[in-house]
Amino acid sequence: MSNRIIINTVINGEPTEFLADERDSLLEALRERIGLTGVKEGCNNGNCGACAVIMDGRLVNSCLVLAAETEGANITTVEGLAKGGELTPLQQTFLEDAALQCGICTPGFLVAATALLEQNPHPSEHEIRYWLAGNLCRCTGYDKIIRAVQHAAERSA
Amino acid sequence: MVATEPYKIVGTRPVRPDGVDKVTGRAAYGSDIKLPGMLYARVKRSPHAHAIIKKIDASKALALPGVKAVVTRADFREAGPGLIDIGEGPPVNLKFMLDNVCAGDKVVYKGHAVASVAATDLHTAEDALNLIEVEYEVLPPVMNVRDAMLESAPLIHGNELTGGLTAADMGKRPSNIANRVEFEMGDVDAGFAQSDIVIEREFETAMYHQGYIEPHNATALWNKDGDITIWTSTQGTFSVRTASAMILGVPVSSIKVVPMEIGGGFGGKIPVYLEPHAALLSKKLGGVPVKMWMTREEVLEATGPTSGTYSRVKIGAKNDGTLMAANVHLAFEAGGFPGSPVGAGAMCALGPYSIPNAFVEGFDVVVNRPKVAAYRGPGAPASEYAVESVIDEIAERIGMDPMDMRLKNAAVEGTRRPDGATMGVIGNVQVMEAIKDSPHYKSELEGENRGRGVAMGFWFNAGMESAAYATVVSDGTVALVTGATDIGGTRASHAMQLAETLGIPYDDVKPHVVDTDSIGWTGVTGGSRTTFAGGWAVYEAAMDIRVQMEERAAKIWEVDRDQVHYDNGAVHGPDGKVFSFKELAAQLPHTGGTISGHADVNPTTVGAAFAGHICDVEVDPDTGKVTILRYTAVQDVGTAVHPSYVEGQIQGGASQGIGMALSEEYFYDENGVMRNSSFLDYRMPTTLDLPMIDTILVEVPNPGHPYGVRGVGEVPIIPPLAAVANAIYNATGVRVRKLPANPRNLLEEMLPPEA
Ligand code: FES
Ligand code: FES
Repeated sequence: MSNRIIINTVINGEPTEFLADERDSLLEALRERIGLTGVKEGCNNGNCGACAVIMDGRLVNSCLVLAAETEGANITTVEGLAKGGELTPLQQTFLEDAALQCGICTPGFLVAATALLEQNPHPSEHEIRYWLAGNLCRCTGYDKIIRAVQHAAERSA
Repeated sequence: MVATEPYKIVGTRPVRPDGVDKVTGRAAYGSDIKLPGMLYARVKRSPHAHAIIKKIDASKALALPGVKAVVTRADFREAGPGLIDIGEGPPVNLKFMLDNVCAGDKVVYKGHAVASVAATDLHTAEDALNLIEVEYEVLPPVMNVRDAMLESAPLIHGNELTGGLTAADMGKRPSNIANRVEFEMGDVDAGFAQSDIVIEREFETAMYHQGYIEPHNATALWNKDGDITIWTSTQGTFSVRTASAMILGVPVSSIKVVPMEIGGGFGGKIPVYLEPHAALLSKKLGGVPVKMWMTREEVLEATGPTSGTYSRVKIGAKNDGTLMAANVHLAFEAGGFPGSPVGAGAMCALGPYSIPNAFVEGFDVVVNRPKVAAYRGPGAPASEYAVESVIDEIAERIGMDPMDMRLKNAAVEGTRRPDGATMGVIGNVQVMEAIKDSPHYKSELEGENRGRGVAMGFWFNAGMESAAYATVVSDGTVALVTGATDIGGTRASHAMQLAETLGIPYDDVKPHVVDTDSIGWTGVTGGSRTTFAGGWAVYEAAMDIRVQMEERAAKIWEVDRDQVHYDNGAVHGPDGKVFSFKELAAQLPHTGGTISGHADVNPTTVGAAFAGHICDVEVDPDTGKVTILRYTAVQDVGTAVHPSYVEGQIQGGASQGIGMALSEEYFYDENGVMRNSSFLDYRMPTTLDLPMIDTILVEVPNPGHPYGVRGVGEVPIIPPLAAVANAIYNATGVRVRKLPANPRNLLEEMLPPEA
């Protein structure tokens, strides 16, 4: 049987202690152990961005991080984006611009775009495309996603 | 059309009802489920493309601590060969269906399921897979359609398949050809004889995957009382119920399928793969819930891609551009079991045109690849790519503008297709004219190594059964229940049609998608049918409410029923009596009780869809890499109920078609092992591979729908293949007849042959 370890983190602002298998990825721990199923699995090997989270200020694919590596880390998932009952400008523009169809890629895009706008509040279309190239969406052709990010950037101008 | 314009809600762009859940991570997709005591399971799969299973031994796996149960084919029911009528849809070959879910004597593709195992956690289940011992006798694989059709090819299904090379040949001798379709119209030989120019070309398209980002998943509980509940992300809960009941050998009524949110399907999430395994494991465990989901590798290797194809197209025309005759030969890979979309490909091949003399034949051929599933406009991208490429070549040869030539031969209302169907009210000509009038087509394309291409696409669209159940709530809102899983905004398009019909605000409609015990039979979300047929059911349910509200108002006012009529969100009676919807809703509970409207519909008056795309490319002469510079997609959408989601369907379909044209393909080695089974190597377009995709919505309402709706989802995947290929030709002078035109393939064509 597998070995279990106790990990202490801060997730979406809450001190969170959890028990994980030493083989668990952060993605598995978030989904299956902690219940943050807004973090999605699309490939489990770093190629789709559906599992994106912000860890200590860095955008990472949680399927490529071991849960054991997150001791002491500060993690933000899609569930932690909206604060105090208000959607963020990105969440709002994703809705208004119909930037999602099936919605499975949406948490990853929102987390990645949030990280982008934190670093670069007024990105060009190419900068948005470059930053989001690690996130796959099969439904939209990206057009409305790119526009939603542009509109969110305009809104927080 | 029953309803009349101008509409108040149809044609607007409200936020979707399920939107907040989907931007906050709250929406529950199939693998998000967690039930008390739940176990995790994985599937053991074949490492060989073609082999006989000699023996399976699970004893070591079962001895591993944490492993709770193993299912092999021995746990499934018996099924003999042949077709059986399942009372819903066309007859199915139960043995093939079962064999695909869990291999019988033989594995017929790499990744074919041979067993499944449930354990306390995922890692243990994974460890157990390596401990299940399977002994194989490896056979030579048959990997592509043309090899499989040779008389010398190894037979994948022994003597079971006897589709022939000709009509006379059918049923005569065993082969890998499972089926043959043929359509004929006019006199093809005479048509070619009257032509000034005849061009015949061969084409190939790769096998492509639907590429939905959410892997397949299923959770099942086989309760001790025999009731089975399946939670899954599927395009059709009722088809999952039917297929699972067949495979498990239980009555349909013992299964309830609960729709979870679905992360994309495109046709690929119609078949069952995991559901029967999860159910049987749960049964073996005496009623413990079992959850399963696939890895990306499993999705690519073992769930339905679309057919790799070979086609040969011959078209004859007059020097003035009049099309005289066409001969279309299509051979489609079905994968390990029969059932490619060659029939639909054959029906659509010549769809945009009126051609007096035509012969179309199609072959459904088994090969050692995963069994194909539907993929957006199944069969049509490949067949129309071939035809649109030849049309482009003819236009160039006779010196005619490619759109002028298409317009000269455009199918119109009343045009008969070779398969016998006659076109209804269609927007084909309007789409072609909109292309010619578009800023993109009128613009000049400048610069070296750049080119422009156009292509048309046709898809017939589907109707099928849908149900709706709408309850008036005392606060004046309406709870709307349907069975149509929402892949891309159909809760919104349904709620909008209900609000429009009742004349109430969109926000006052609360749509829900419910399980198979809670609503009437509803076909899959597929075939571009859900906004059309589901919308029709919703419309009928609303009309049912209107009638009952009129009756109730008449009763309250104590007037004659005929003196009351519903109009614009209110019930009107004599002497200026009026109830707003909200006022009457509030009175319902104490004037006789709640009102709900029901409808079960099965509409056949679908409106066919036409699309035309314009594509500008730049080709790097040194590397063969193609960059899309500009892309415009024009489409007759009937009535755009929610234009943003209509545009989204078009943009998404176009980008999948661009993937088919440029970068996606199944790549197998000589042993039949897929060598690119990850999202890194199976190259779907990323944000950096695409420009913005401009859309032009042409609205020619479908007279066979209350709001003029025609399906919009599938047709946009069809034109890109030829639009891109024609643009590459325009840029380089090279006709690409084998897709994808990735740098490797394109460079081979562009470089002069070695001396
Ligand atoms: S699931 Fe982590 S990148 Fe795809
Ligand atoms: S909305 Fe479906 S994958 Fe992006």
